Amino acid sequence: MLEISDLDVHYDGVHALRGLSLTIAAHEIVALLGNNGAGKTTTLSAISGLVRPSGGKVVFEDKDITGLAAHKITSCGLVHCPEGRRIFSTLTVHDNLLLGGYLVRDQAEVRKRIDRVYDLLPRLAERRAQQGGTLSGGEQQMLAIGRALVTGPRLLLLDEPSMGLAPLVVAQVMELIADINASGTAVLLVEQNASAALKIAHRGYVLESGQGTLSGTADALRSDPRVVEAYLGGA
Amino acid sequence: MTQLVWNGLFVGSFYALVALGYSMVYGIIKLLNFAHGDLYMLGAFSGFAVLSALGGVATAMTLPVLLAVLLMTMVSTGLAGVVLERVAYRPLRGAPRLSLLITAVGASFAIEYGMRIVAGPDPQVYPVRLSGTAIEVFGAWFTLQQLVLIGVAVVLMVGLNLLVTRTREGRAMRAIALDPRTSSLMGIDVNAVISRTFFIGSALAGAAGVMAGAYYGKIDFLMGFLIGLKAFTAAVIGGIGNISGTMLGGLVLGLLESFGTYWLGGEWRDVFAFGVLILFLTVRPTGLLGERVTERV
Repeated sequence: MLEISDLDVHYDGVHALRGLSLTIAAHEIVALLGNNGAGKTTTLSAISGLVRPSGGKVVFEDKDITGLAAHKITSCGLVHCPEGRRIFSTLTVHDNLLLGGYLVRDQAEVRKRIDRVYDLLPRLAERRAQQGGTLSGGEQQMLAIGRALVTGPRLLLLDEPSMGLAPLVVAQVMELIADINASGTAVLLVEQNASAALKIAHRGYVLESGQGTLSGTADALRSDPRVVEAYLGGA
Repeated sequence: MTQLVWNGLFVGSFYALVALGYSMVYGIIKLLNFAHGDLYMLGAFSGFAVLSALGGVATAMTLPVLLAVLLMTMVSTGLAGVVLERVAYRPLRGAPRLSLLITAVGASFAIEYGMRIVAGPDPQVYPVRLSGTAIEVFGAWFTLQQLVLIGVAVVLMVGLNLLVTRTREGRAMRAIALDPRTSSLMGIDVNAVISRTFFIGSALAGAAGVMAGAYYGKIDFLMGFLIGLKAFTAAVIGGIGNISGTMLGGLVLGLLESFGTYWLGGEWRDVFAFGVLILFLTVRPTGLLGERVTERV
């Protein structure tokens, strides 16, 4: 469904991504692991059009989307849920969700999708009239994911959804991601919390200094001594 | 007393109309568009051009013709605003704020002296004059034309407020104001929405320009300079970036000027207005209805 080949990204002289290749099949959760500064966020930004790659190719559902503007990529059904949640803080929860439905002309369809999000995340329904910025970190993450769902993604890019959340909340977020995937959406999950990510992922890639160094099924990665050493805290 | 209030509200609704464009543009891309007052001037001149072209028809049926001219002017001034953004401001998106500000000042001079080359340095006399018989209500004298102008201003402002608070387009504008990158991830074409924002803001300024031309009867290429600063003052008083605050700010400024003129004399009018600006900037920089951001990270 998504095929990235030899992707290069430069930021003002910094070579942030060096020839990364990666594939995601329909209905898959793929984890992208790596330390700070390894290029995980850059990878997502290059896929979703926030950053223009300097080389390589991004093909989504047999369509070359390399270097396309971000809003056009979203309209293809490839949706990026950015790092740090990026809730529209002074808009209400409901307005945030409505913005997810910006591209959907049919208002009844938008309403249906938002209702589905409220069903999935009843906490958001309770707080629909509240400003997004007043929610707790976990709720904001749920809202960010809910907002992305309203756009109707076939592939969802999630950047560090567990960041700054308590372990119990991390578990809830991961469960939500697994549910979303079970209903047919493919997920590319970027995580520093490798153990949480590998629990729900089918496959994974490890990124170091802008290069893919390891890849395999989640089980294989979990038992790989190099992964255990570097990302799963020894054990 | 009633007369002072009325005069204040009348001038204030002009200020509000111009200030809205200022405020919208500031709200969405955090740019103080110092050329905004010059779009008001462009509006007055393009209305002038259309009216002159119409010739005799214009004087025959003043009000309906004026409304038609108003509409045409709003479109042409709106387009001028879009071109301004495209040529002068978009290439600097992401550049330091100061570069944009200086560009805005430059754009202002370019439009002013461009118009001087086209229309000449002398003031032009507007081909229609709105001077009807005055009516007295509650001890204040005003004309039907004033009433119509205020009516038009109010309709435009209410329409704008509905657009921004109730529609999908308005929601996109508010989202871009908060976070353009994330907005683009929602599928919003950020550049297109910014263009449309410039169109609307400039069209409102253009409308105010025609109305001022028809009301005061005289226009010149520098007429936008002072009103631009006044609009900025109005926007600051109300809370720049906030639509209803800006409307309120325009009316408040109009009233302050009206009363200030009465108490201190006409020559103190501008001193008074800008004194209030400085007061607000020091004491309450968010303005009367300025937004306080509640954010938890």
